[in-house]
Amino acid sequence: MSETTVSGLAGRMPKFLRRADPAVLTAFACIVLLLFLGSLYSRSFLSPEYLLQQLKVASFLGVIATGMMLVILLGQIDLSVPWSVAAGAMMACAAAAYGTVGVALAIPFGIFCGVLIGIVNGIGVAYLRIPSMIITLATNAVAQGLMVVYTGGFSPQDSATGAMRYLATGFAVPGVPNAVLIWALIGAAMVFVLTRTGFGRTVYGIGNRERAAYLSGIDTRRVVMIAFAVSGGLSAFGGVLLAGYASKAAQSMGDAYLLPSIAAVVLGGTSILGGRGSYLGTVAGVILITLLQSILSVMQMPEAGRQIIYGVVIVAMLLLYGRAPASR
Amino acid sequence: MKDWRYWLAEQRGTLLAFGIFVVMFVIYTSNHPAGFTANVVQTASNKGVLLAFVAMAQTLVVITAGIDLSVGMIFTLTNCLASWLVVGTGIETAFGVLAVLGTGLLCGAINGAIVIYGRLQPIVATIATGAVYFGIALLLRPFPGGSVNEGLADALTGRLFGFVPASLVTLLAVVLVVWVPFSRSVLGRAAYAAGSSEMAAYMSGVPIRRGKFAAYALAGLLAAIGGLFLTFFTYTGDAAYASGNAYTLFSIAAVVLGGVSLFGGKGSAIGAIFGALAFRTIGDLLFVFDFDPLWQPLFQGVILLIAVSLGAFALFRVRNRLEWFL
Repeated sequence: MSETTVSGLAGRMPKFLRRADPAVLTAFACIVLLLFLGSLYSRSFLSPEYLLQQLKVASFLGVIATGMMLVILLGQIDLSVPWSVAAGAMMACAAAAYGTVGVALAIPFGIFCGVLIGIVNGIGVAYLRIPSMIITLATNAVAQGLMVVYTGGFSPQDSATGAMRYLATGFAVPGVPNAVLIWALIGAAMVFVLTRTGFGRTVYGIGNRERAAYLSGIDTRRVVMIAFAVSGGLSAFGGVLLAGYASKAAQSMGDAYLLPSIAAVVLGGTSILGGRGSYLGTVAGVILITLLQSILSVMQMPEAGRQIIYGVVIVAMLLLYGRAPASR
Repeated sequence: MKDWRYWLAEQRGTLLAFGIFVVMFVIYTSNHPAGFTANVVQTASNKGVLLAFVAMAQTLVVITAGIDLSVGMIFTLTNCLASWLVVGTGIETAFGVLAVLGTGLLCGAINGAIVIYGRLQPIVATIATGAVYFGIALLLRPFPGGSVNEGLADALTGRLFGFVPASLVTLLAVVLVVWVPFSRSVLGRAAYAAGSSEMAAYMSGVPIRRGKFAAYALAGLLAAIGGLFLTFFTYTGDAAYASGNAYTLFSIAAVVLGGVSLFGGKGSAIGAIFGALAFRTIGDLLFVFDFDPLWQPLFQGVILLIAVSLGAFALFRVRNRLEWFL
């Protein structure tokens, strides 16, 4: 396709479409396609109850992917998501066992543990200059080790507090699950931070070229560390919500969120090299992944098939629009 | 500088890994209730060799400044495949082994094609292909089971002449057949050059694409050899997500301990092998000192964290602060 046809076509499109990122549009188009395919399989796919239920399930992934996006915008990656999620959930449930004070502090304590993991990641990446992929794998292993020692290798017996259950499954506004509200709040905050604050601009700047950002007088290392701390905290908060949803924490509850969170961010058009991407894309990616998972499970696809389709879809979509420029 | 000093500077990482391994192994055997016997060495080498193969696989990719987060899953997939195919008469077994190795090579080649010709980032691409490989493994073995040609398995995990572990001999053979020719070939040098500075290598007309592709494909092959050995070792195939992930993680730890630079272009598979053996020995030290096995994951995690943090000492040599940002 030549450049002229693209611009000619774009010239006739309404303004908001012309300004939108093609990756985000592709992601939304895929959502519509999935819904269409699903509705061929069963009419209940387009019912409001089903869609709201999907949005609720998506909100857990959405919260986790928000943190992941912040880190990916920096050109880094956070592979410590699995045990940040599990640690957040387990520590929140553990705190609940310590009387009324423990119950009151359960949620903040869970998030605090995630932030701690994130700070270790941040120190490693920003100050010790260790590749983020490596240090986050290592802190993931340490967090896993700590949780295994703490639980004795079994799923902990402590259960989630009422507040955690309320956040994950309650309805503060009739008709809208609390989990969706929380995702909307966190998403709105993220959009505000990314587009309206100096911190957000710095994140994009560092993702494009950290040297240039540093020479512009920005303390880039502090920004990177804060981003990792936020990512850890949001992962742990996702874990707290999941624990509230299932009313307890489990050993490998976070494993199922690493690949989807990265995939959601990347499918939403955020460059894995950093510096480019919008939160709208991440929202699209999260919904896309959740719908794909849901359709595969409704079709009673076994776990093996789900993993294969999942990997193939991610590679295929990345090949469509996530390619690096050729070295010429 | 004299020639031997160049050689020493080049091999420093490998020698350091060798040193760590020897010290750890001496501590291990001297505190082991059975002491330094052929049995202890055989068991230790069988366990160590599994990780050594996966670590070699990881080294090949890391040298090109990439990373393969699917090695553990290729390892799991080939383990499951071997539990179906490596059975029966001698000829059937031989074809089974070839099919398993071919599958590994194919998995590696797919990774390479996606990363190099598809121009995707190795992290995301190999996480996704890892999911595919794990899915196939799960199709092959929804439940642990299967069998293997026990004669071959016992021969390769047993001892030669009563004291030399056969697995170590196999490891040596693989090093001589795969690593030595590769690292001395044009493709191997191209892989190093691509890791060191892709742009400069490209400008000099080095075949970087073919070099990187060969590195990814051979990594799949080496992971398959590891998977085959796991089958010989356990007699079964098991599509275990946690174990596949653990091998990927440990392979990175072994590579770092073995002095291979994660930024590419520096290090050798020999170093990674000693890194793997050292990492395994350190993990097993806990058992010798009668700790609760529950502490093992934490202990291994902390070692990994320390190992990757050691690279930070290079920061003290940085004069210009801009070199912080690569």
